[in-house]
Amino acid sequence: MRKILIPLAVLAAALVTAAVGGRGDVAAAAPAATPGCAPDTLNLLNDGQLTIGTDNPAYPPWFGGGETKGQPWKINDPATGKGFESAVAYAVAKQLGFTKAQVTWVYTPFNRAIAPGKKQFDFAINQISYTPARAKVLTFSESYYNVNQSVVAVKGKRIASVRSLKGLKSYKLGAQLGTTSYQFIVNRIKPSQRPAVFDTNDAAVAALKNGQIDGLVVDLPTAFYVTAVQVPNGKIVGQFAATGNQERFGMVFQKGNPLVACVNKALRTLKRNGTLAKIQQTWLAKVTGAPVLR
Amino acid sequence: MAGLVWAVTSAPNWPEVRDAFFDMDAYRRSFPSIARAFLLNVKIFLIAEGIVLVTALLLAVLRSLPGPVFFPLRLLATAYADLFRGIPTILVIALLGFGAPALGIEGIPTSTTFWGVVSLVLVYTAYVSEVYRAGIESVHPSQEAAARSLGLTRTQSLRTVVLPQAVRRVIPPLLNDFIGLQKDTALVGVLGSVEAFKQAQIEVSADFNFTHYLVSATLFVAITIPLARFVDWLVARDRRQRQAGRLV
Repeated sequence: MRKILIPLAVLAAALVTAAVGGRGDVAAAAPAATPGCAPDTLNLLNDGQLTIGTDNPAYPPWFGGGETKGQPWKINDPATGKGFESAVAYAVAKQLGFTKAQVTWVYTPFNRAIAPGKKQFDFAINQISYTPARAKVLTFSESYYNVNQSVVAVKGKRIASVRSLKGLKSYKLGAQLGTTSYQFIVNRIKPSQRPAVFDTNDAAVAALKNGQIDGLVVDLPTAFYVTAVQVPNGKIVGQFAATGNQERFGMVFQKGNPLVACVNKALRTLKRNGTLAKIQQTWLAKVTGAPVLR
Repeated sequence: MAGLVWAVTSAPNWPEVRDAFFDMDAYRRSFPSIARAFLLNVKIFLIAEGIVLVTALLLAVLRSLPGPVFFPLRLLATAYADLFRGIPTILVIALLGFGAPALGIEGIPTSTTFWGVVSLVLVYTAYVSEVYRAGIESVHPSQEAAARSLGLTRTQSLRTVVLPQAVRRVIPPLLNDFIGLQKDTALVGVLGSVEAFKQAQIEVSADFNFTHYLVSATLFVAITIPLARFVDWLVARDRRQRQAGRLV
């Protein structure tokens, strides 16, 4: 009996190994895939392609790598994979099983990304903060970055020496239309002068340089770019500590898009294995030191 | 009309459209803030209108001065009208509103309201001067000839004979341009000023309800209709006075 059993067992083991080994080969060929989220099962705009939306110009530190000749992207090309948001997007894409070539970027102005309606992207990544009002018309992913607001001014002006939130009340502040920065001015700072509201952040920066506004409220990393490049004689007056819910960035999806479940799984993996922290360290390490205004 | 209303309201998506564009709660909520912002539009419009009425007339007169000695003036006037009718108004506002203060020259105002008014004045002087010019040229040359033959100088005949007739003739197209000016005050929002349209945008971006746009639309229409009726009355009264006794 044993003479038959042992060869039978060996044969069975060999058959099982062959079967499992076969599947294992296929699994190993694809990059670290998220279970249940293979690219061909996902709800995508274009099959086999991950379409990501972001605004143009693509500013540092969110994007890097400079412009690519022949591409319409200004300042940086999101497809380089450099810059915080570009790196996070490609890390999520890789986690879902997409190759770099399968990721395409599409121009989406900020105002169009946060408005209701049919989206031309699978998700958009563009320093978009979660708010309950936006969550009613869009689907947000989990946080990929916790963000603080800050205020930028021109060096030498009186506002530049303000040390507290209350001290900002008497100045003319500005922010981009529809942003949490604008909400912050209206709900937390509550200045005595009606704030100026601009269609784009560039217009706000121009107004700051012209002295048409005294202070510009933007998120802290953007403030670093503004003072480093756009307004060389500018300085970050300070950042604001979060009170209550910490403001956080999320990727935005068409309302009800089931793709968010897989993207969230991917984000959680990236947080767990330290990839997200590494990306943050690479691109945002220099953009955290600013006095806190209370 | 009733059929159109019925067709719209019984369409399958009407409830969504109604909630997005005709939400009366949203209308009431944002009306006070948009109305307050509308005061900026009114301020810009009133100041610009007053200046344009005068500068456009000057430009039109310059353009109609006869003789080779006035050629440089006519050329300048023509070039001005072509330039400022050619550049889109929003471009002029952006160019001057952002560009002029950026020069950093001492004494140049940085106020966005100031540059909004200046830009609108520059653009609408060009348009309105053409309207005046059409009016001046529509006055029969025999009128000027008669005035000159009575011993009036060119300036006097222009001031007392030609211009009164010319201006009366072009009151409807003048009104047309001023209604356009009223609407174009909304473009000053590109400089960051919070006027009615910008305030509506702020409200819409907060709760994604488009009814707020309707609020600013109704405010703009509300100032247009009385003005249009007033001008209709002016024109009718003027026609009555000029054609006193005629049946037609």
